[in-house]
Amino acid sequence: MNIVVCVKQVPETAEADLKIAAGGKGIVEEGLALQINESDNYALEEALLITEEHDGDITIMTLGHESSEEVLRMSMAKGAGTAVRVADPAFDGGDAIATATALAAALKDVEYDLVLTGCMASDDGATQVGVALAELLDIPHATYVTEVEVGSGEVTVGRELEGGLIEKLTIKLPCVLGIQTGINEPRYASIMGIARASKREIELKSAGDMGLDASSVGAAGSGTVLEELTFPPVGEGADILEGTPSEASGKLADILKEKGFV
Amino acid sequence: MNEILVLAEHRGGELRDVTFEMLGKAGALAGASGGAVTALLLGAGVRDMASRLTSYADEVLVVDHGNLTDFNSAVYQPVIAEVVKSREPSLVMVGHTAFGVDLAPSLAVALGLPLASDCIDVVLDGGAVSVTRQIYGGKVDARLSFRDSATALVTVRAAAFPVEDGARSGSVTELDTPVSDEPAFRRFVQYVEAAIGDVDITKSDVIIAVGRGIKEEENLALVEELAGLLGGVVGCSRPVVDAGWLPKDRQVGSSGKTVKPKLYVAIGISGQFQHMSGMKAAETIVAINKDPKAPIFSEADYGIVGDLFKIVPALKEKIAEARA
Ligand SMILES: Cc1cc2nc3c(=O)[nH]c(=O)nc-3n(C[C@H](O)[C@H](O)[C@H](O)COP(=O)(O)OP(=O)(O)OC[C@H]3O[C@@H](n4cnc5c(N)ncnc54)[C@H](O)[C@@H]3O)c2cc1C
Ligand SMILES: Nc1ncnc2c1ncn2[C@@H]1O[C@H](COP(=O)(O)O)[C@@H](O)[C@H]1O
Repeated sequence: MNIVVCVKQVPETAEADLKIAAGGKGIVEEGLALQINESDNYALEEALLITEEHDGDITIMTLGHESSEEVLRMSMAKGAGTAVRVADPAFDGGDAIATATALAAALKDVEYDLVLTGCMASDDGATQVGVALAELLDIPHATYVTEVEVGSGEVTVGRELEGGLIEKLTIKLPCVLGIQTGINEPRYASIMGIARASKREIELKSAGDMGLDASSVGAAGSGTVLEELTFPPVGEGADILEGTPSEASGKLADILKEKGFV
Repeated sequence: MNEILVLAEHRGGELRDVTFEMLGKAGALAGASGGAVTALLLGAGVRDMASRLTSYADEVLVVDHGNLTDFNSAVYQPVIAEVVKSREPSLVMVGHTAFGVDLAPSLAVALGLPLASDCIDVVLDGGAVSVTRQIYGGKVDARLSFRDSATALVTVRAAAFPVEDGARSGSVTELDTPVSDEPAFRRFVQYVEAAIGDVDITKSDVIIAVGRGIKEEENLALVEELAGLLGGVVGCSRPVVDAGWLPKDRQVGSSGKTVKPKLYVAIGISGQFQHMSGMKAAETIVAINKDPKAPIFSEADYGIVGDLFKIVPALKEKIAEARA
């Protein structure tokens, strides 16, 4: 069972103070911590669990700048055998389908039974790449997957729908599964593994290597065009209770008392 | 703008809210641009649903076939593709739901259409469509346009638009678009309901909800004590469940529970839309977060900006004092 896992490096933004860069088309990335996208980490763990049980190799693949090799190395430290970085300035600024187009081309000369992606990248939140990739590869897919059971020539998966309802499906291999968070417990890489992975080779694939025309990928090949980033309107917003923790808490306690909760 | 095509979503014989939200928005766009609103309904034995849709659309296109009973993108997608190809609507709207995200990207690739997902606003300017969608977990809005394409495809966030009373009186057109058998490569097996736990948080008037900001499982005691003081139960965001710190039945949000308590206190929760969709109907919302720009503050009534590990202990003291 050979598995390709597509992973993306994303900035940690939940706790960061974001700034929009001059020109309004991106955020200031300087100073933001970079990490593997959350659901991709679960996808990698799922691949590790499956290959531990059913043998096979894991290829870890990303489309990204040089910094994203960190994510590939961390994945190799956990057990991925091969790493590919789809790398070319021509891929810059691509929307989700343009990204899927480049990844699909990179998959052409890889042997796989299963492709795992995360279900959503936390930066762009597109929720598109895995499903688009399957259509481009002309293989079946399912996304929001929270259960995977490998059978012979097929997988039985659980997709999580609204309200926690699970839809069970069987899907023939090869297929693409978009993995949702919480499906397993991602492991940490060992120090030894990290040391070994630091010396491993990462295969680079440019648009030219894959026979892709630069106009079919990146910003030029995207059907959507980013016009402008802005901060969301604040609206009415919360009444912020100011002061030291004790003062602010005192104000809140008074409000809760007034409303009959205390 | 000639036609706006809205894909009707239903489950278990019920049209889902997002369908009416999209139709309402499509109606407003059509009103401003002189276009028509069309609903596309796929299913088996859907006559009642179709007639309900007529008050929200100028035309309801129906593909009624036994193979369309349960959603399966492998069966639905070619049918929808066929309809879109033949009608060439200017805009196709699909819900950004578990159903829509499994379908829309494959539809976009199959038809070569541009796709903007999880849109919270759609604007028509002349003939040109542009959308607003959120990135970085709701901290930044992005406005997107579409490169010259006759049809733009969008998925629309649930609850982004209100449900209004339908004031149209559309007709129903049965289509004889071919429907394939369920392919061997993707078969629906069954729906499995979420397990019922011992605490039903939807029944509680007071929910103290905790998010990733709590950092460690051991720290949960802090919010449990606060919940105890206020006679409430502890709920949480998804990462707390993913980490195995609380059971799934405590999760609030789109893939968890929808709650409407009298008081909802969100502690160390950023307020991404999948969480907020499950709690924004609470009567009073309090947010405690160290990030003044956390989206949760836009939905909260009261907020305290600061370190929860300082604020929650202080709050417990103040509540005890207020009670005395
Ligand atoms: C299909 C799908 C369905 C989903 N369904 C759900 C769902 O049902 N429910 C749900 O919750 N999520 C759901 N999610 C996940 C959702 O996208 C977010 O990832 C999640 O809500 C984030 O949880 P959080 O706010 O706890 O964590 P984060 O976004 O990481 O935020 C943590 C917050 O804690 C604050 N913080 C950190 N330390 C402190 C401190 N010491 N004091 C005070 N504040 C602190 C930070 O400033 C930050 O705002 C779903 C995602 C997908 C793709
Ligand atoms: N640049 C990328 N390189 C590799 N995989 C990616 C990339 N972008 C997205 N993906 C994969 O596709 C999933 C969904 O991403 P998105 O459609 O951008 O929300 C992610 O969780 C990744 O697994």
